[in-house]
Amino acid sequence: MHLSLKRLISRTKPDEELAVVNRSLHRFALVTAFSTLCLLVAGALVTSNEAGLSVPDWPLSYGQWMPPMIGGIFYEHGHRMIASFVGLLTIVLACWLASVEHRKWVKKLGWLSLATVILQGILGGITVLFLLPTVVSVGHACLAQLFFCMVCILALVTSPGWQNRNEDRSYTLPNEGVFSLRRLTIAVNLAIFLQLILGATLRHKAFGVVPHLVGAVTVTLLVVWIVIQVASQYSDEQEILSWTLILNGLLAVQLLLGAATYWIRHVTEFAPQPLPPMVALTVAHLAVGALMLASSVVLTFQIYGRDGRGIAIRARELPQMS
Amino acid sequence: MLLHKPVYFMLTALLMLTLACGGGDETASTEGQAVETESYFEVDSETAATVTGTVILEGNAPRNPRINMSAEPDCHGLHTGAVRAEVVLVGEGGTLGNTFVWVKSGLEGKKFRTPSDSVALDQKGCIYSPHVLGLQTRQKLAVSNSDPTTHNVHPLPKINREWNKSQTADAPAIERSFSRQEIMMPVKCNIHPWMRSYINVVEHPFFAVTGADGSFELKGLPPGTYTIEAVHERFKSQEISVTIGASESKKIDFSYKAG
Repeated sequence: MHLSLKRLISRTKPDEELAVVNRSLHRFALVTAFSTLCLLVAGALVTSNEAGLSVPDWPLSYGQWMPPMIGGIFYEHGHRMIASFVGLLTIVLACWLASVEHRKWVKKLGWLSLATVILQGILGGITVLFLLPTVVSVGHACLAQLFFCMVCILALVTSPGWQNRNEDRSYTLPNEGVFSLRRLTIAVNLAIFLQLILGATLRHKAFGVVPHLVGAVTVTLLVVWIVIQVASQYSDEQEILSWTLILNGLLAVQLLLGAATYWIRHVTEFAPQPLPPMVALTVAHLAVGALMLASSVVLTFQIYGRDGRGIAIRARELPQMS
Repeated sequence: MLLHKPVYFMLTALLMLTLACGGGDETASTEGQAVETESYFEVDSETAATVTGTVILEGNAPRNPRINMSAEPDCHGLHTGAVRAEVVLVGEGGTLGNTFVWVKSGLEGKKFRTPSDSVALDQKGCIYSPHVLGLQTRQKLAVSNSDPTTHNVHPLPKINREWNKSQTADAPAIERSFSRQEIMMPVKCNIHPWMRSYINVVEHPFFAVTGADGSFELKGLPPGTYTIEAVHERFKSQEISVTIGASESKKIDFSYKAG
């Protein structure tokens, strides 16, 4: 009895410990992802309030760790403080993954996230020291989105639900032709990221609004296509359906925000300073854009990491059912 | 040895970055110290001509937007009433101020001496004063801060070298100059985003900024045919061609439509 109980404990305890550690790690990754979203918002506030160069030096601000938080300095230095906090979280996350994670690619993604956040900090510094060169500013904006995606992926793949689903490695990935859901999601990821680049170039006055509008139409068509395909073929795949609907909902909000941002920027063209409604709409437009990219990436992971056999079987069965 | 390559690369990149960052101030501050050994064009005072005129705004002038300084107590406390942006400065009879008038063409090939006195730009009440100014290439611009708060002075040139310098309440004036001709170069403070001024850099001394009475005077011009341009931040630019003889004085008027 004792022996069997011992065996049970010795067998279950590490699993229980691992489960506890994973849950904590997942929560920590979630906190890092949420903090990164806050960092994106803080960065958007800097640009929208035209405060990018309110602190002329870097890495210190006016030669200090804590300058007087007045006017644009509040936004710029606040952005730096949140960035430092996210950098710290990423260091802890990468080290934590390195010590407890058994999947090599997840460990590597942790280190890649850390390298990205360091590079992002350096880009931010170069942006300030070289007076906002467009290429660097746009690069800084786009790398932020990529980093956000990385930590969202880490939050997803460290979740207990994701790890349980991935236990059976015998499943194959679905591939249902040229316009498969998998390919569509890759296309929508690329389209959203390109659209974010175009948004950044518009914000930093490199290009006009037309490329961004073309990008919006492209993303809309692709997302609608995914929604139709998921609704018609995979409506009983709850997670895929949920993330598709989330992406679709975010797209609807984003289109409204985009139109509202364009309108308010037009009507406040001669305003002497950035007005709060304009700032709020622009920042919200950027944040929802980031959430769209993250949702699209998560959806892609849901589809690629899915029980492929099940989807493939259903896909084959569909014509017979009809 | 191979392992050291990335280290060398990083050190070289760091060195280049340091040189690039450190070099900015030096270059910018010596822009005005060009050695003046060239021969300059001297206007004959016996034949010097004058162009005068007025800039008018027809129609109802748009109301200047109100500046909201409430988030900045250091600035807000410096004003008793509402503060409005100084974009459209209109006098009696629709005369238009803050318009930069200059000789755009007709003086090609002539080099003019750089004035030794500096042009002042003050930050007072968290507003730039004057709103529009003109100076010659390589002439010193002295930016002072009369406010009890920190500002950053950030010209946004398209042709000249960009710079950005902070200035605390008690800091001495920042002295800089610009080496190339550039019209309506915005200057802003990123700490207080409503602060905006326009600097006009011209290669010769024939320019003026209109006051509220809209008048301008370009005196001491050599006889010739010139294109005179008026530039306003809101109403953009207009040109008038004028030919003036020796010791002649001509009057030209610019007229903008408010619509």
